[in-house]
Amino acid sequence: MQSVIFQFYFKMITIKNLHASIDGKEILKGLNLEVKAGEVHAIMGPNGAGKSTLASILAGREEYEVTDGTVDFDGKDLLELATEDRAREGLFLAFQYPVEIPGVSNINFLRAALNEIRDYKGEEQISAKDFMTMVREKSAIVELDAKLASRSVNEGFSGGEKKRNEIFQMAMLNPKLAILDETDSGLDIDALRIVANGVNKLKTKENATIVITHYQRLLDYIVPDFVHVLYDGQIVKTGTKELALELEERGYDWIKEEFSK
Amino acid sequence: MSELLNSTEINIINSNGFEGILNEKLKSEALTILETIQFPTTRTEAWKYTRLGKISNKKFNVQKGDISNISKFQISKEATTLVFVNGFLDSSLCSSEIPNGIEFKSITNSTIEFGKNLKLENEIFHSLNTAYATDGVYIHIKANAILDKPLQIIHLLTGEHCIANLRNVIICEKNAQAEVIQGFFTENAEESFTNVVTEIIVEENSHLILNKIQYEDESCYQVSTEQVDQHKNSTFTINTITLNGALVRNNLNIEVNGENCTTNLNGAYLLKGNQHVDNHTLVDHKVAHCESHELYKGVVNDKATAVFNGKVFVRKDAQKINAFQSNANVLLSDDSTVNSKPELEIYADDVKCSHGSTTGQLDEEAVFYLRARGLSEKSARKLMISAFINDVIEKIQNEEVKLFVIQLLQERFDWEK
Repeated sequence: MQSVIFQFYFKMITIKNLHASIDGKEILKGLNLEVKAGEVHAIMGPNGAGKSTLASILAGREEYEVTDGTVDFDGKDLLELATEDRAREGLFLAFQYPVEIPGVSNINFLRAALNEIRDYKGEEQISAKDFMTMVREKSAIVELDAKLASRSVNEGFSGGEKKRNEIFQMAMLNPKLAILDETDSGLDIDALRIVANGVNKLKTKENATIVITHYQRLLDYIVPDFVHVLYDGQIVKTGTKELALELEERGYDWIKEEFSK
Repeated sequence: MSELLNSTEINIINSNGFEGILNEKLKSEALTILETIQFPTTRTEAWKYTRLGKISNKKFNVQKGDISNISKFQISKEATTLVFVNGFLDSSLCSSEIPNGIEFKSITNSTIEFGKNLKLENEIFHSLNTAYATDGVYIHIKANAILDKPLQIIHLLTGEHCIANLRNVIICEKNAQAEVIQGFFTENAEESFTNVVTEIIVEENSHLILNKIQYEDESCYQVSTEQVDQHKNSTFTINTITLNGALVRNNLNIEVNGENCTTNLNGAYLLKGNQHVDNHTLVDHKVAHCESHELYKGVVNDKATAVFNGKVFVRKDAQKINAFQSNANVLLSDDSTVNSKPELEIYADDVKCSHGSTTGQLDEEAVFYLRARGLSEKSARKLMISAFINDVIEKIQNEEVKLFVIQLLQERFDWEK
């Protein structure tokens, strides 16, 4: 009986003592984090704490140098994998600043990506018909106009459309672990609700989400199981959603005071 | 004949007894020029970025060639086709039926007088062509004829150190409408040279599209000149796609001599290895109320070099001209080079003209974005390169030609479908 329960709570990602730097400057200074399937974790923290660095390193940005530590992603050594293989293993990063790619059609590239992922897993290619059905279903989740879905990637999209497009792509790729990097930035309240609803609809017992945010507002909609405070390259405090409310009320200064050396 | 040639200063052609096809007066004029002219150096403005040593140091033979199977060079299957091998018509490879309302044949079988409009003075390749041209196509589309199928000319080059001097004439009469496809290919050719001149007259209210695909061997050379004379209310479109060749120089000289004309110049070049491709274009707006649109895009890899020199002339009385020119390049390697020189020379005061030139690299942030969605790095780059070049490929209206170009790209750059 217990073993059955444990199956639902297997470790999705385990980050141990992660140190990373860019241009010789150390940003992450021994970060530890464990996320299990079915969980939503929020990572909050002041500007410059290393939130986006963490997201970048997990997605495989090559500008950053990992100097110490390990990241186990569902049994794989994540740091050894190329960016595309991380995606194929089921890691998804929703970009803080989604890139505009003129001339590259959103759905054509998604179909190519989906097929490369399937190929990697030894699965069959998706048929054009099934793919289009999927596009219709998944674009509805974030109320993304089907016309936008087929335009050039993010080209001429508003800030809100870009973020909705990120969640649409997430829906299409169905990742095990989604990292939402400041997905709330630049969104008005309506767009925020649509994006958050999309994320909630995609939540299952088998997947997990890491929400990186500066503000508590998003967490009203995407309710986290755990809230971590990242400060000066380490997770210095972990709590429940009430911690986010406290941070909203008191700001980050008390954290800085408590933990600055 | 060949003795006479050997006495000239420019001595790169061994004619092997083949006579040039132009009239004696023009030939002797050209030969006189060749006695004194030198190959241009990089000190000559028009050749500033293109060295001709590869051509000027060699000796090329005029020599017939034999190619039996042309199926892989057939850009359009439905087109009426003429095939030239090493600068000679090979009638065994040509379409047997020619549509009504046109003449489409070897220029040696025509009675037309041609060649007078081409400048020879200081033009070494024009002079070589005028002195030595062995054959070429003659296309004459009669007034009001509207062709439902394109006309296709396949130029093949085979053998080592061979030269094909081709002289083409295309006349599109009043109210006529036609599409011409020119393909340049090689089979077992090495360090051979195609020197082609095409004189084009686009008469009143006619529409002519020229699709030109250059895919000769990586060791071969081509100098190509289109001399275009556009009359009023006409539309002329030329799409130049250059995917292979050691040294390719395209000279596009378009004289817009009538009002209400539209001129479209599109070009794409994808280069690798040590290729050198030079596109020189000139649109000369001599009269009012015309428009021209020029878009050239290139992707340059390895140690390859691309040159773009696009000039738009707007003469004093040519008011109300809309002329737009754009050249964009992507460099894929540290050793690749682009020399881009857009030029506007405007003497009228009521015109709308613009030009732009950009040279950059692939957006690495976009490559990362695509990889973060599961695409391999190779696929991501391919996708971005094809998106970049697609702006030009999309201008080709003929689906067969477009597909053929995409196939060539896949073959040459090892792109998957």
